[in-house]
Amino acid sequence: MASLALQCLKQPLGRSNRRLLNLELTKRTAAHFTFQPTTVNPVPDAGETTKMNLMQAVNSAMDIALKTDDSAVIFGEDVAFGGVFRCTLGLQDKYGKDRVFNTPLCEQGIAGFGIGVAVTGATAIAEIQFGDYIFPAYDQLVNEAAKYRYRSGGLFNCGSLTVRSTWGAVGHGALYHSQSPEGNFTHTPGLKVVVPRGPIQAKGLLLACIRDPDPCIFFEPKVLYRLAAEEVPVGDYTLPLGKADIVREGKDVTIVSWGTQVHVALEAAQHAQEKLGVSCEVIDLASIQPWDEETILKSVKKTGRLIVTHEAPRNSGFGAEIAATVQREAFLHLEAPVERVCGWDTPFPHVYEPFYLPTKWRVFDAIKKTTNY
Amino acid sequence: MLSSWSRLGACKLARTTAAVGRKYATSADDFVLAEFSQKYLGYRKAAFTEKLEIFDADKTPAFPIYRVTDAAGNIIDHSHDPKFDKDFALKIYKDMTQLNIMDRILYDSQRQGRISFYMTNFGEEGNHVGSAAALEPQDLIYGQYREVGVLMWRGFPLEQFMHQCYGNSKDISKGRQMPVHYGSKEHNFATISSPLTTQLPQAVGSAYAFKRQPNNDRIVVVYFGDGAASEGDAHAAFNFAATLDCPIIFFCRNNGYAISTPTSEQYGGDGIAGKGPGYGLHTIRVDGNDVLAVYNAVKEARRMALQNKPILIEAMTYRLGHHSTSDDSTAYRTQQEVDEWGDKDHPITRFKKYVMDRGWWDDAQEKAWQNEARKRILTAFNDAEKTKLAHFHDMFEGVYKEVPEKLLRQRAELDEHLKEYAEHYPIGRHLNK
Repeated sequence: MASLALQCLKQPLGRSNRRLLNLELTKRTAAHFTFQPTTVNPVPDAGETTKMNLMQAVNSAMDIALKTDDSAVIFGEDVAFGGVFRCTLGLQDKYGKDRVFNTPLCEQGIAGFGIGVAVTGATAIAEIQFGDYIFPAYDQLVNEAAKYRYRSGGLFNCGSLTVRSTWGAVGHGALYHSQSPEGNFTHTPGLKVVVPRGPIQAKGLLLACIRDPDPCIFFEPKVLYRLAAEEVPVGDYTLPLGKADIVREGKDVTIVSWGTQVHVALEAAQHAQEKLGVSCEVIDLASIQPWDEETILKSVKKTGRLIVTHEAPRNSGFGAEIAATVQREAFLHLEAPVERVCGWDTPFPHVYEPFYLPTKWRVFDAIKKTTNY
Repeated sequence: MLSSWSRLGACKLARTTAAVGRKYATSADDFVLAEFSQKYLGYRKAAFTEKLEIFDADKTPAFPIYRVTDAAGNIIDHSHDPKFDKDFALKIYKDMTQLNIMDRILYDSQRQGRISFYMTNFGEEGNHVGSAAALEPQDLIYGQYREVGVLMWRGFPLEQFMHQCYGNSKDISKGRQMPVHYGSKEHNFATISSPLTTQLPQAVGSAYAFKRQPNNDRIVVVYFGDGAASEGDAHAAFNFAATLDCPIIFFCRNNGYAISTPTSEQYGGDGIAGKGPGYGLHTIRVDGNDVLAVYNAVKEARRMALQNKPILIEAMTYRLGHHSTSDDSTAYRTQQEVDEWGDKDHPITRFKKYVMDRGWWDDAQEKAWQNEARKRILTAFNDAEKTKLAHFHDMFEGVYKEVPEKLLRQRAELDEHLKEYAEHYPIGRHLNK
């Protein structure tokens, strides 16, 4: 499925154009969030670090995956020349055309092909250019990849498959370059679903997905590709799947999110601290399937209040699963109803994006109302 | 209209290049033709034409149907006789007939409500066994669901067919899928799944992975029906196999029907073979009821596939049985049509002539074999029927490699529930822990 609105990104941009685009990105996203780098290195043993943005961190993870595993191959639309977001830059030159290659423009083919590679035991790293275009591959991922091990009684599996895809709002992506489809996949047993919030997590979690014995979908917040930079270990490391990360400690309200929205939540928490004197605990869920119920419940039992915030529409979004679980498991600890601050139940709009997104002001307002309940 | 346009274009070109005139235009034509051929057409030479002619798809000749024997089983050109030795030929014959007998027994058992579902292979035994015989055991098979003869050829135990259909605790795939969804790692046969055509792009991916292995001697063969070929995944697979040069054989069983839908409502072109060249696939159409033709075609296709040339084979056959036990095919075709096919062109009858003509088989042997096969199948069937189902805890295993904490809690929830309500569940049919 061709990408239209962001096709300009497929062409190498002239310097002035590139500056314009970056400026525009910065301008458009300034109101939406500010990237908050990870200050405490979660992998102190990983050695030397260097400044990487999220795109470079993803590239570094795949470089290591190819270097450490001869069977690993990377494929998808336009990955050979480096990818429309430059995530596979230089990998074909380094590892050869049989390991990093373009496929025909067909998402169901990419997913099915990846499953087949994985069935032989080889490592398959498939790219779907935008999360919005993962739906033609939905049947392969939900009916096939997710159920391969189960239905064959373990005779066959496609555990060495990882599907990477871009994800989330980008300022002007409208309906088909903005979606957050994680909720569509968490309803399917057999898949793992992961969304990182920054470069350190992206590299560690992506390598963990690639090496995990189950099929994984790895969503990369595309607005962070260039914008988010931090000190990332250059070596080989993984971060555990299924583990949430407390990114800000607090005692009055728990806020759970993932991807870009973690940064929105952090800003709202800071603002609430300054304006209301409310102490918020912000948790990056990171793994959406399986998700770290223990960390969330422990936090909610401490604070008594929970806000879940995600870009995807509210109705049947993953926030609903968290809310339902928390009300059942922490019923006697709750001081207020669980609040969900999400995208509206509309398609993702173009010019109305600032009003569609669960902004820091909406999160701030939810903190205010939850604490005053 | 169009020709005056192009004339106009030519005038403009002539004017702007007046100094070099026609010579320039000609060399530009050569340049464009060469570029189109190299850059766009995969080195296929295209020429310009000034004749406006829209290609008439209905007038293109159909792919011929390769055969070795006529419908009665007589070899037409003896240079095409693959010259099977006695044991090999008898194994082909016995596997086809054994499949046919198993189908009858299991079909009847479903009618008696003893298994929940069944799909027969009637009329298609030849293309399964004929193709499987031309392959090597290490070749990986992906099937649709009506290719049981391939497993039969590879020695998948009769007992396992029955255990799978009963979904009992001896089923190697653990009783999780409907009957006839067989699979065997040992026999390089990827487990069948119900969604049609999903196996095609997967087969291409596996073939690609094989190609990357040093001194590769494995190909992938993927079977599918004429109906499944209409799914988007078929398009994906044909295209990926051709652009990524994969060692694969696409084997289409064109049996005339997808449940009730005749092929006239399935496609408008020259069957499935007609699609092959459009994708850059090497293609052949064979008589699927002629074991010798199927064998020869697959043998040659395997040789080519090992050179990383993907092949499409369309085997023409006829689905003699109902689509499944949930289908009564007389609702959309006449019994007369079915009977006629069974009488006039049957793969088993045709191949029987091969073994009988050589004095390797006679009516007495036939009778003894029928009895023996029937007895063994019934023994396996009865054993499978008596075998208990696995413990219900098995339901929670294998979703992921490790059973997640959440599923362990759900399992405990079910255990707790059954403590009080066990009498309302068929617990006695399952093994105790």
